[in-house]
Amino acid sequence: MNAIGRPLPRVEGAAKVTGAARYAGEFDQPGQAHAVIVSATVGLGRIAAIDVATAQTLPGVLAVISHLNAPKLAYSPHKGFIDPAHGERLHVFQDDQIRFFGQPVAVVIADTLDQAEHAAAAIHVDYAARTPELRIEGVETLPAGGSHASAYKARGDADAALSQAPVKVDAVYRIARENHNPMEPHATIAAWDGDRLHLWSKSQFVTNEQVEIAAVFGLPADHVHVTCPFIGGAFGTALRTWPHVTIAAIGARHVNRAVKLVLTRRQMFYTTGHRPRSMQRVALGAGTDGKLSAIVHEGTAETSRYEQFVEALTTITSYLYSCPNVRSSHGLAPTDTSTPTYMRAPGEASGVFAVECAMDELAGALNMDPVSLRLLNEPSIDEGENRPFSSRSLKDCIEQGAARFGWSRRDPRPRAMRDGRLLIGWGMATATYPAFHAPAGARACLHGNGPAEVEAAASDMGPGTYTSMTQVAADALGLPPEHVLFQLGRSDFPRTPPHGGSMTMASVGSAVQAACLAVRAKAVQAAIADARSPLFGAAAADIDAADGSLFVKSEPARRETYATIAARHGSIEAEATCSPDEDARKRFSMHSFGAVFTEVAVDPDLGIVRVRRAVGAYGCGRVINPRLARSQCTGGMVGGIGMALMEQTLLDPRDGRPVNASMADYLVPVNLDVNELDAIFVEEDDPHVNALGVKGVGEIALTGIAPAIANAVYHATGKRVRALPIRIEDLI
Amino acid sequence: MATSEIELTINGHLQRLSLDPRTSLLDMLREHLALHGTKKGCDQGACGACTILLDGKRINSCLTLAVMHNGAHITTIEGLANGAELHPLQAAFIEHDAFQCGYCTPGQIMSGVACLAEGHAASPEQIKAWMSGNICRCGAYPGIVSAITQTANASR
Repeated sequence: MNAIGRPLPRVEGAAKVTGAARYAGEFDQPGQAHAVIVSATVGLGRIAAIDVATAQTLPGVLAVISHLNAPKLAYSPHKGFIDPAHGERLHVFQDDQIRFFGQPVAVVIADTLDQAEHAAAAIHVDYAARTPELRIEGVETLPAGGSHASAYKARGDADAALSQAPVKVDAVYRIARENHNPMEPHATIAAWDGDRLHLWSKSQFVTNEQVEIAAVFGLPADHVHVTCPFIGGAFGTALRTWPHVTIAAIGARHVNRAVKLVLTRRQMFYTTGHRPRSMQRVALGAGTDGKLSAIVHEGTAETSRYEQFVEALTTITSYLYSCPNVRSSHGLAPTDTSTPTYMRAPGEASGVFAVECAMDELAGALNMDPVSLRLLNEPSIDEGENRPFSSRSLKDCIEQGAARFGWSRRDPRPRAMRDGRLLIGWGMATATYPAFHAPAGARACLHGNGPAEVEAAASDMGPGTYTSMTQVAADALGLPPEHVLFQLGRSDFPRTPPHGGSMTMASVGSAVQAACLAVRAKAVQAAIADARSPLFGAAAADIDAADGSLFVKSEPARRETYATIAARHGSIEAEATCSPDEDARKRFSMHSFGAVFTEVAVDPDLGIVRVRRAVGAYGCGRVINPRLARSQCTGGMVGGIGMALMEQTLLDPRDGRPVNASMADYLVPVNLDVNELDAIFVEEDDPHVNALGVKGVGEIALTGIAPAIANAVYHATGKRVRALPIRIEDLI
Repeated sequence: MATSEIELTINGHLQRLSLDPRTSLLDMLREHLALHGTKKGCDQGACGACTILLDGKRINSCLTLAVMHNGAHITTIEGLANGAELHPLQAAFIEHDAFQCGYCTPGQIMSGVACLAEGHAASPEQIKAWMSGNICRCGAYPGIVSAITQTANASR
């Protein structure tokens, strides 16, 4: 029986429900000291003086480190997969300049956490402060360059077509800055052994953290070892290696002890990235029949002064619908704040919001059903790339989702549906995300005793990598999943791409499958060449594997277990690297699609919006584990409820201070905010994307839900709110 | 700073501790006793990841100082299972996939155990209300409600 496709419970479930799963900050080391960062309390300027006299005399304090006494670090050039192409990362404690509010200015190392916290509060810093530039509107912007050249796309003449269109909508959509706010704060334990450094550190990309920290300290990469078996949520914030990792390592070297550094929740709003604030103009032109004739999509997003962070804000526009005239662009507004970073469906979630709200507005202008408008503009190929989709199930997603939701019972008129005094709104939106695939490696080992061991430097921030990789390995080896032990989160395991971009299963899964098939082939060779094996003399092509044994297909009685082969032969190991099929990627456009339907109830007097139910239908290739994929999708819907109705990091215009930098003031959905959520997967067989036929689930789950809610709010109230989050005051 | 001597019964074991009076109950568990199952999410009482049972009642352990609780009985996530046999709510969390990353999970389960004991699990609506002090950023709320509902039904 195949493990792939089965809704197995999480293999690490028992560890997580008993408290046994160890996260980065829980790998206590002998003699460990504690570090607490002092953060800048101005938004721009320089440090005039730091008074550490009191702090240094407090009991237990081992060191206070700032730019005055920090070592000059190598900061050798290094740009990982996830670092902005333009600009230079923050160099911590290397000068007196303050570039943003909350920048680390000093660190205290003490014997205990209480002592370090107390001493950090006793440090007094004088600043020569200036007023930071925080605006993204009414300021000069830079064109977004880097790897996202696809942000600038044009076909036909969109502006001319727009001006001639008989029906058009043209509006600006705004999205607040969001912080990932995973439940686990960033944490690093650093320990030096001579010139070798071991980091237990929260990371979605341990091999990049290894190379980045080696570059910062001018070390050979193999002198840095990074371990992170569990991640307490991340959503993108643990892709890059942020300044606190360097600070922990500086501190550990300074006091010659292991040092634990955990960011406070407030500090999680300072230096570990955020979804950038954005404003987007979307203009759609259509014929009276609803056929799109023009799409203009102009996006602007914030970045920092020292790095140009670019995300896929406008990349969906060229392939989502059929339209002869399309123009998209993406500008950056440099601000005196820290650099944004990837946050779940980075760019796509924001871009889809603007485009899908605009489509809803166009449906209104046309007096057409929003579902019909999308089906009418379904393209037969990716018109931006002028090549076919490897698979595109949007039509099926819309139809199956609409049927499950009961969309045909919708009264199209705004404010027409009621439940008592509550206004009821039904809205929908398309969801989409690219099917990425990057080179990855994996190693597999068969032993005479115990489970088959499979390992890769991958991560599991919650999607279920441990479980789904176990399933892939089990099927490739012909073993029951309980006889497979998959391990991840170590920089000395075979290298993998970042645990993001919904590419873990495509990339690491393909490598795990390849490594398992390679080790299985080695076991076959060992058996058929060994006179002591029942398989001796058989042709390799005639051997199959099932239930932990190799057997001759034509004579199933001739069989031998892996364990027996490995016991006689010694452990058998194989490593494999798997790369995307570049030819297929040139021939096909590869994306996931989905359709999201929501029902909201709006209190007409109080403006309170409740999402009563949501249905998402997704075409994302093969689903390895329906239980986990469903959880990812419903979890994405919860994130989307937050994006639509709650989440915003507000900056004080005077100094750039995030004013709501706490879990009490940065609102996210709680249990009572979440009602019926339903995710369905449309059958999709895509032979082109990768060997497993998977497209990924994590990001598409967040795209679509926020515009579906915004469109439902319009349907309920007749008020079009074009800025997220939609607030009570927008509706009263 | 002078330390204070206290005695606590933690997961059935009597512990004598000499603690900095500034140490929170949460930091005592995590940093002094290596009981890392209780999580620090915000250290401000806003997320619920640090929920434990103190003399049978659920509290945010980050919001109270250890030295205030001399003589108390504490149950953490590590003390819930009976050897290898999981508490029914722990098993239900696995069955209903009531978590993803797992970081809020110990707090959710301890809060859920208390929610059941308090008699606040009569309906999904009631469970949602009484479990809203525990944030799950992965959004596993439907599974959490299902797991508590099943455990409540099984004990009726």
